[in-house]
This record gives sequence, C-alpha cells and structure tokens, in this order.
Amino acid sequence: MTTNTHRNHVIDLDDMGSEEIEEILVTTDSMKEVLSREIKQVPALRGRNVVNMFFEDSTRTRISFELAARALSANVVNFTARGSSVEKGESLIDTVRTLQSLGADIVVIRHSQSGAPYLVARHFQGAVINAGDGRHAHPTQALLDLFTIRERLGQIRDLKVVIVGDIVHSRVARSDIWGLTRMGAHVTLCAPPTLLGPSKYWLATWPELTISHNLDEAMQGADVVMALRLQKERMQAGLLPSLREYTRAYGITPERLAQLGDNTLIMHPGPMNEGVEISPEAATAPNSVIEDQVTNGVAVRMALLYRLAG
Amino acid sequence: MKDRKQILTADDIRRALVRIAHEIDERNGGLQDVILVGIPRRGVPLAERVAAAIADFEGVQVPVGQLDITLYRDDLRTRGLSAQVGKTSIHPDITGKAVVLVDDVLYTGRTVRAALDAIADLGRPACIQLAVLIDRGHRELPIRADFVGKNVPTSRSERVMVHLRDIDGADEVVIERTHQ
Repeated sequence: MTTNTHRNHVIDLDDMGSEEIEEILVTTDSMKEVLSREIKQVPALRGRNVVNMFFEDSTRTRISFELAARALSANVVNFTARGSSVEKGESLIDTVRTLQSLGADIVVIRHSQSGAPYLVARHFQGAVINAGDGRHAHPTQALLDLFTIRERLGQIRDLKVVIVGDIVHSRVARSDIWGLTRMGAHVTLCAPPTLLGPSKYWLATWPELTISHNLDEAMQGADVVMALRLQKERMQAGLLPSLREYTRAYGITPERLAQLGDNTLIMHPGPMNEGVEISPEAATAPNSVIEDQVTNGVAVRMALLYRLAG
Repeated sequence: MKDRKQILTADDIRRALVRIAHEIDERNGGLQDVILVGIPRRGVPLAERVAAAIADFEGVQVPVGQLDITLYRDDLRTRGLSAQVGKTSIHPDITGKAVVLVDDVLYTGRTVRAALDAIADLGRPACIQLAVLIDRGHRELPIRADFVGKNVPTSRSERVMVHLRDIDGADEVVIERTHQ
C-alpha cells in the first residue's frame, strides 16, 4: 500500500516538495470524482471534528472548506470572530486551547495577521490548515490553481505563467510562486512598481522569477495569465493614480483577451472587481477557468483534510 | 530467512480466470446485466481479463469499472498515515445490475466490507457478487466469495502475493513464509 508523505500542518507551500504536491494533486483528482457522484460523500473522516476559524471575511474559502469537510463526513463547526477582540496573540492562543479541549481534530484558520497559523500550530495538538493569513500565504488557493492548470493544460512544468496585479499585498501570489516554481513553471510577476515592491525582494527568494512592469510585453507567449484582485483601499493609500489608468495598463481588457488567443488560460482567485483588473468579457471567455478554480477548491481541500487526518 | 513457494503459474491463473468467467455467466443466467468492478490495484487487471475471457467465448463485452475503497476503510485512525487514494470509475448506473466485485486475495474481508459500502453510495444494484483469485481464509467479517480461483489454507504469518504482468511484469501467485 502506498502511503502519503506525512505532515502535521499545511501553512504554506514553502516546505512542500514537488513529490508531495504531486501526491496532493492525484488525491484531488480522486476527490473530484467523489464530488461528481449523486451522493457526494464518503465516510473517511467520520467522527472527526473540523473547526473553521475565520477571523477575516470570506465566502468561497469558508464554504469550500465546509463542503470539503462534510463530503468526508467530518463534523464541522464554524467559528467567526469578526470584529471581536480575539485578534491579539494571547487570546488567539486561548481560543485554540479551548478548541483543543472541546475536541477539535483539525483547525482551519483565516487571519489578517501574517503568521497567525504558525502560532496556532504551536499550541494545538491536531492539524492546522492555513486558509489565508495576511500577506503571507494561501496554500489551498495555490494548490487549486496548480490543479486547475494541470487539468486544463496537462502539465505545469515549463509553462509560462504571468501573475498580474496587486502582488505586494497578495498572499495568493506568494503561495502560487512557491507552488508554480516547485512544479517547474516559469513565473513572471507583472505590476506597477508601487504594487510590486523592490524586485530584489522577490529575486532574493526566487531568483528564477521574471519581473515586468508592462503587461503587453509580459503576456507574450503566456500559457496562463492570472489576475489578482485590486483592493480599492490601495487607491487611498496613494499607490495608484486612478482605477481607469490601472485598468488600461494592467487589466485583462477585451483587447488583451483578443491578443492572448484561445489557448491561454485566464485565472483569478476571486472575488473579482469586474471592469478593473479583469473585464467581464475576459472573466467569462471560453479560456477563463475562474469557475473551475472555485469547483476544484473543494476537491483540493478534501485532499488536504484527508491527508492530515491520517 | 524467507521461504518462497509458487502456488499458481501463469497458466493456472489463466485457467482459473476462464473458469470464473464461465461461472459468472452460468450463475447470472447470461451476461446482459453483469458489470465487473475491479478493486485496485490488482483487482482491476483481473476484472479486465475475466471480461476478455467472456468476450472470447460469448462474444459479449461486459462493462468493466474500478472501485477505490480507500475512503471507506475502517483503519484510517489506527494506521497513522493516510493511504494514497486511487481512482474510481464505474458504469454510471449500477442500479438493477449484477455487480461482480473482483479482487486478487480475500483475507480478513475488510476490503470487501468497504467495497460494499462504497457500492451502496453509488446506486442500488440487483445483487453484488464477489470473485477472487485466491481465498486464503482468516475472515474477520461474515463475508464469503461467490467465485474463487483457488482456496489456499495459510497461517497469518504467511504472505500471499499475486503478481500480474500488467503491474509486476509476470503472472504468478507465491506464498512467502518468514522464519524467525
């Protein structure tokens, strides 16, 4: 019997090798088959307690984790701490200890503070899955992106992937860069300097990255173009002159959609600002896999829950 | 030290599978509603070979599927490491059909128990039957096979290994005993 690489937590992809990612993608494929059945449930995690701790708003990620846990027959409890005083380190530890005492086996955490899941993992005896922490990491998003790319294009190795948008503030970008480079893709980061930060920061960790400030150049020959959400607060912070100017330079406009052709995948982690970083035409184009990303998210999270429950 | 004894040759395996194919035909009074479902890994090529034997003598292609039972196992908690989940692909509608599960070795019966649960989630077949190449005894559940290639009395310390050319390069069944 083949057994999976053992790990206790999934907090980022920085500690995950290509072999383990490969195993997860294979497991995800099987989970997707389960989700295609009339009865979308298997008993693998029967009697286990999964707690979703969301300290930050989220629709798709929370529902996706909940559906994933239920599809594996786990008990799911949703803990939302929006606006509560639980955001300080010490009380987070207390919360986790309480969950431990209540019998939680797996904790899924979303937190606005980068690194919060590491703190939780230190004080929790079960498994921890990071559902997004600050600007740091969003490993399940990166894994579902990898799965979606491979499902559509048959491989990840040697593909040219352009990540465009608000990269400096993006945990999705960071986890995607880890995953994509580990799996052998060539990654280009494309953003205005104010939304990218110093190139040397990126190149220090990932010397193989290509950095660009010109989307029309960067997307030449791209197999995948991934647009990131532009948070409107960035405007107030003076990082951008105007939304219209941003769209003209960095948005996936109908004109750029035509330039890309039918074979380049268009991705977006959601939620989208349609008309800003991506036009409605691009979001719904036949080569857009944005809905596949959402669907595949449930299967990827099932794969992780299953592996961590072993 | 290990003792290794061959109990079935490639020819023995072929003959056993042809006989099982005939028995499946006879038991079900024809093959129109029969579906063969292999349990990975080695149940899958075995199911394909039974189907090929049926095609040879009856000229009918019975559907062959595969059913991974990993997510239905009862030992996830005790085993520690999660097993890699395999593929399931089955004729879309098994309701009303005669599903013949095919596996290489029947031992404790726990794999078959998991397979029965998995089948129940996929539909409601008219009946479920079980075909195995080797029945080695030591059942822990009230489960028996309908079609058996060979009954092999074993002790629990022995290992029965089915090798198939599709996976292992050659066809044979061996029994291995480890001396203390």
